[in-house]
Amino acid sequence: MVKELRRGMVHGIPIALGYLSVSFGFGIKAVRSGLSVLTAAIISALNLTSAGQAAGVEIIAAGGPLLEMILVQLTINIRYSLMAISLSQKLDEKFTFPHRLAASYGITDEIFAVCSAQERKITPAYMYGMIFVAFLGWVSGTALGAAAGQLLPEPINNAMGIVLYGMFLAIIVPPARKKLSVFIVVAIAAAISVLIKYCLEFITSGFAVIISAVIASAVGALFFPVKEDSV
Amino acid sequence: MSLVLYITVMAGITYLIRAIPFTFFTKKIRSRYLRSFLYYIPYAVLSAMTIPAIFYSTGSVITAAAGTAAALILSYFGMPLIVVALSASAAAFIAGLFL
Repeated sequence: MVKELRRGMVHGIPIALGYLSVSFGFGIKAVRSGLSVLTAAIISALNLTSAGQAAGVEIIAAGGPLLEMILVQLTINIRYSLMAISLSQKLDEKFTFPHRLAASYGITDEIFAVCSAQERKITPAYMYGMIFVAFLGWVSGTALGAAAGQLLPEPINNAMGIVLYGMFLAIIVPPARKKLSVFIVVAIAAAISVLIKYCLEFITSGFAVIISAVIASAVGALFFPVKEDSV
Repeated sequence: MSLVLYITVMAGITYLIRAIPFTFFTKKIRSRYLRSFLYYIPYAVLSAMTIPAIFYSTGSVITAAAGTAAALILSYFGMPLIVVALSASAAAFIAGLFL
């Protein structure tokens, strides 16, 4: 139990470091949009998501209708539903209903990524440890950014922007190197994502990720079905 | 419109999107096709999120390309996540010094 919690916390450290810089940017943006430091930190604590929060703050600043808030959050965050279903297949028996209700709060792109890269089943303690550390990075980064504005010099701030993407590559490259099927799925998803970005600009980034991932995975599942025990 | 209402709606939607599927998919999915689909989803999602966004993550395509190259090389050799992530950032920073 304690061991699992600690393992989760250690695995959460790179996530928290990446979050620090991203949420720092969110904090700056929130204050510029007229929110207080406390409000910015509360939004980060309740949502634990980057793109959704940034869009939400814009709607608040513009005084947009609640329906817009609902639709935008649904669109940007619907990818979490896919991740949640995928992760639900990897859960340990200890994951009872209350644990599922609690841990679902912490399904972010990065936490999902690190959890799905684990060879073993996911326990509640492991996920809580990771969520806790990531939460600290996310909320403190928001508060710092909101309070201090541009605290870090610009070149460092810019360079920090790539941290999370570097982590994503570290997760997908090793299995893509070992398995041709994973490599092909990754390549298809990247190709569709590029196509949407440059040719179908009306599609928002949240939808772009969903479309790319669903098509690539559907093709992968059709041509390279996995063995019975490998999920 | 009150700030509390906005924030409640925002947080509520974000939570339900995660909690409903996570809580109610308790059975093992039997279909081999669906299981394969879900096996590939994480890699596909991360790939689509990273490319091409990574090239716009540092404010300069050139420094981002340097960081991407560092991340690709180090992850190819199986370096730990934190090493790859911070090296990508360091490479982008160093490339920025030469611009």
